Amino acid sequence: MTNEELKTTLGELAATAVIDEADANGWLTANIDASNWLSFAQSLRNVPELQFNFLFCLTCVDWKTHLTMVYHLRSTMHKHELVVKAKLDRTNPEIETVAHIWRTAEFHEREVYELFGVQFLNHPDLRLLILPDGWEGKKPLLKDFEDPINMIRL
Amino acid sequence: MFEEVGTTTEGDLIINMGPQHPATHGVLHLVVTLNGETIKNVEPHLGYIHRSIEKMCESLTYRQFIYVTSRMDYLSAHINNHACAMCVEKGLQLEVPPRAQVIRVLMDELTRLASHELWWGAMAMDLGAFTPFFHAFREREVINDIMEETCGARLTMNYMVPGGVMHDLHPNFQQRVKDFLQLYKRKIHEYDELVTGNIIFQNRMKGVGIISPEDVISYGCTGPVARGSGVSSDVRKLYPYEIYDKLEFDEVLEDGCDSFARYMVRIREMQQSVRIIEQLIDNIPDGEFQAKTKAVLKLPKGEFYSKAETARGELGVYIVSEGGTTPYRIKFRSPGFSNLSALNHLVKGGKIGDLIAAMGTLDLVIPDIDR
Amino acid sequence: MWSLSNIAANIDQWLNANMSPTWALIVEMVIAGVAVIGLFAALGLVLVIMERKVSAWIQIRLGPNRVGPKGMLQSLADTLKLLVKEGMTPGGADKLLFNVAPFVAMIVAMLLLAPIAFAKDFQLWDLNIGVLYISAVSSISVISILMAGWASNNKYSLLGAMRSGAQIVSYELSAGLAVLAIVVLTGSLRISDIIQAQENGWWLFKGHIPVIIAFIIFIIAVTAETNRAPFDLAEAESELTAGFHTEYSGMKFALFFLAEYVNVFIVCAIGATLFLGGWMPFHIGNWHAFNGVMDWIPSSVWFFGKTFFLIFVIMWFRWTFPRLRIDQLLNLEWKYLLPISMFNLLLVTLIAIMGWHF
Repeated sequence: MTNEELKTTLGELAATAVIDEADANGWLTANIDASNWLSFAQSLRNVPELQFNFLFCLTCVDWKTHLTMVYHLRSTMHKHELVVKAKLDRTNPEIETVAHIWRTAEFHEREVYELFGVQFLNHPDLRLLILPDGWEGKKPLLKDFEDPINMIRL
Repeated sequence: MFEEVGTTTEGDLIINMGPQHPATHGVLHLVVTLNGETIKNVEPHLGYIHRSIEKMCESLTYRQFIYVTSRMDYLSAHINNHACAMCVEKGLQLEVPPRAQVIRVLMDELTRLASHELWWGAMAMDLGAFTPFFHAFREREVINDIMEETCGARLTMNYMVPGGVMHDLHPNFQQRVKDFLQLYKRKIHEYDELVTGNIIFQNRMKGVGIISPEDVISYGCTGPVARGSGVSSDVRKLYPYEIYDKLEFDEVLEDGCDSFARYMVRIREMQQSVRIIEQLIDNIPDGEFQAKTKAVLKLPKGEFYSKAETARGELGVYIVSEGGTTPYRIKFRSPGFSNLSALNHLVKGGKIGDLIAAMGTLDLVIPDIDR
Repeated sequence: MWSLSNIAANIDQWLNANMSPTWALIVEMVIAGVAVIGLFAALGLVLVIMERKVSAWIQIRLGPNRVGPKGMLQSLADTLKLLVKEGMTPGGADKLLFNVAPFVAMIVAMLLLAPIAFAKDFQLWDLNIGVLYISAVSSISVISILMAGWASNNKYSLLGAMRSGAQIVSYELSAGLAVLAIVVLTGSLRISDIIQAQENGWWLFKGHIPVIIAFIIFIIAVTAETNRAPFDLAEAESELTAGFHTEYSGMKFALFFLAEYVNVFIVCAIGATLFLGGWMPFHIGNWHAFNGVMDWIPSSVWFFGKTFFLIFVIMWFRWTFPRLRIDQLLNLEWKYLLPISMFNLLLVTLIAIMGWHF
């Protein structure tokens, strides 16, 4: 599906989503509200024309004022790709998990949980994965994380 | 810390495989729940060599951060560098000279060969056969020597820079690669005689560690793990970069879905890499090996994503730029991390021996998983 | 002529001439004990360096080449290192069993040296049930492994010990049945009788295909019984780190190590005795001239040559084959080797009754 077709299909699917023009990678970006994410994700996965079955990248960006969850999706059948972004509150970041839709999300969400502190609601096993057990304090990938001993500043 | 528990409430044995264990190839820690010899659950614990490369990169310039990435998947260091360089080039809209493109592809394929050689040896060692390891290293050493001559390093080459490669090929390069190809073709049959055709080996590999194509996609597995289940996932074919679209090679697909299929994918992939090198080694175009770039690189505001096929699968580099000299946020989508997430699915219900075999065919490199 | 039996006879004569028969016997026992311990140590050193050289040869490398001429003293240096290392006992271990286990392994290996004929008329104890004695005593070795695995208070050790228990107990069956084939053909359990019966040709050549099958099964079964790759599931390095001896260090580890190698020697010696004629030179029926030439080679050379050839074969297995999985290992024994060797034994019995062998 080309980007134009994708755009119209997505517009019909979720009226609230703001769809940006193609970026440097040639991918559309759908900006959605975090509360709509689960239903949106389900339709992205299941609508026959879309069939985004491969979540190839899941990450988060700290914009100092807010966090943004970034999901990179691909359909291995239709060969199209899409970026989905959801803005999160920085003090209490929460979003629904998609681990049951794309199972790769289970590990990636655990990583984002410990490095950014995003709470994934209904995640099957939300525990620390990389950081030592019992890690407390700031989440390492947040911009205001400081570690005077181990961090290199140039 | 981990509670001091020997058994679960159902009376199953819990053993810690790793962080120091001969079969985990590094510091992977698996908490395995066993019922006798049968595996009920495998839970990876990561982070023993987590260096937070993503955080480090935020304070390094676009020229500097590429060197750190050699330390992620150190067995395909070239390809990591390559993916990062491509991402920066995408931001700068930089055209790479044809000579540099060919050199990059040649180096990528040599790296892939070297990586698969090491995997082959280590895989056989996991199954209890020590000898293949030395046979694999016999050929791998030659590749490392070639790399050393041109790049100055044997493992973390740091040869790719934005706009091309750091310096020109060594004058001996072409001849030595040709010699290597001859040697390799003479020795490749030993691999099949020693391991592939062995009845014990086949019995250990066939029908264990099964993952269906649907699960492969759902777990985000890429590379030989996906192709062993018949899922087309070769970035070189699907999203060709550099000159891969002009080259003749096949994407290796096996439909066994088991450990043996994944093994065969890698064995056959080595032959495809040899094919690519043969096509290119006599056809390196003359010209610049590096495009002209400014001393200080600044990427425009925006997001850039590039992907490359490492020996383990699809490596994604995601750069968020705010227009400065350093990335605002960088994310490496490492193939090993996603492949590892399928481990529990692969081995549940199998024996301990199957766990080792399946782990071997996932070709885990722990720094790639931890980053 | 210098031969081991002459030396033994001379010592016996000299002792009996100078002391009362009781004292002579006691002194002889002491000498035999010292000789066994010496042989034990020497075998350990020789087999370890042999294994390292063989593996190096198979793996296109040089192997140890620094200590002594061509690295021949390497295993001596290793032994010294193991001797001076601290022998640790883990905290939760069952101290008695943990410390006794390596000695049990070693004593079993030593006991097994008793009925082996190292050369013509050179045997510690030619008892009339030699083969039965060997099968009986070798079964005890599993106890030492179970003791070590259980007492270590380590889950890897326990898994290794349990694997080993299942493995040794099952493979003993086909090893025993393979040995029985020769006993049936010879009609005697006495080692010297078995060797004597091969004067006009070794059983491997005289006994038609059934004996060859028995020989192959014997080699497979004893490889499994001695926990050697591809049947080294009890220690399975890549699975169970070191299996039943994970927690052992220093001299206690060395004893296990030594016992393993001596066990390999013993099973190969038994294989050589039963199937390849022991110290008996290579004889062909009535070719007296040929047989006479063969007799010129000392019997001890024949014995050690055959034994070390079999040891080499077993080492060759180890360095080329991957390891089996536990269920495949047991399947191989119970579904294939055991039925085959039972049927084979019937065939051998038929051959023996009808006198079809040469």
